[in-house]
Amino acid sequence: MQIRVQQESFAFGDEAEAFVARQAGMGAVVTFSGIVRDVAAGLQEMEIEHYPGMTENALSEIASEAQRRWQLGDVLIIHRYGPMRPEEMIMMVATSAPHRKDAFAAADFLMDYLKSRAPFWKKEKTREGTGWVAAREEDEQALERWTSG
Amino acid sequence: MQVLYFAWVRERIGLPREEVQSSAATVMDLVEELRAREPRYAAAFADVKALRVAVDQSLVDFDAPLSGAREVAFFPPMTGG
Repeated sequence: MQIRVQQESFAFGDEAEAFVARQAGMGAVVTFSGIVRDVAAGLQEMEIEHYPGMTENALSEIASEAQRRWQLGDVLIIHRYGPMRPEEMIMMVATSAPHRKDAFAAADFLMDYLKSRAPFWKKEKTREGTGWVAAREEDEQALERWTSG
Repeated sequence: MQVLYFAWVRERIGLPREEVQSSAATVMDLVEELRAREPRYAAAFADVKALRVAVDQSLVDFDAPLSGAREVAFFPPMTGG
């Protein structure tokens, strides 16, 4: 498991290739990346605040839970904080598994949990002003499909 | 204990962390003590349903006990990813 919380940008392609190179015997690798999206009011900058210490612990716990639920080779999570411009990469996850279904499900699970259980907060600066991004009810509801049944 | 504030809670209170002497038994008791301090605290803690809390870096409910807690953090719902 590899968890990185960092301010500096990262090269998605290099990270994905390095991850694949470590996955001996794994038949499937799934990667996801989150990108700063422009908004209607014209995004000038996004700033991400986090809770040093708790962030790393929360991401490790989420990754460990994924490893308990699915048969995985490895998990990588990189998440940035600090100021970012539109189209910059915010974060990525990668999962490896013998079979694709486990790799897909684990990546999906990681994203649902790190959206609303890892201590990051997004602030958007647009032409109209600056404001904290509100959590969405549907992101909270997305967790229910992993806990029901 | 150290009390930490993040995102708009930090902005509303005007500082990122502070040492608080408290004998509060639960998180909610601590919230009541902070609310009584000054209007900026009362404003930040007006609606705890809009807040989340972590004790020693683990998410808990507002009725969680504080015995032995070293670090309590208040913040809005998280928006990672």
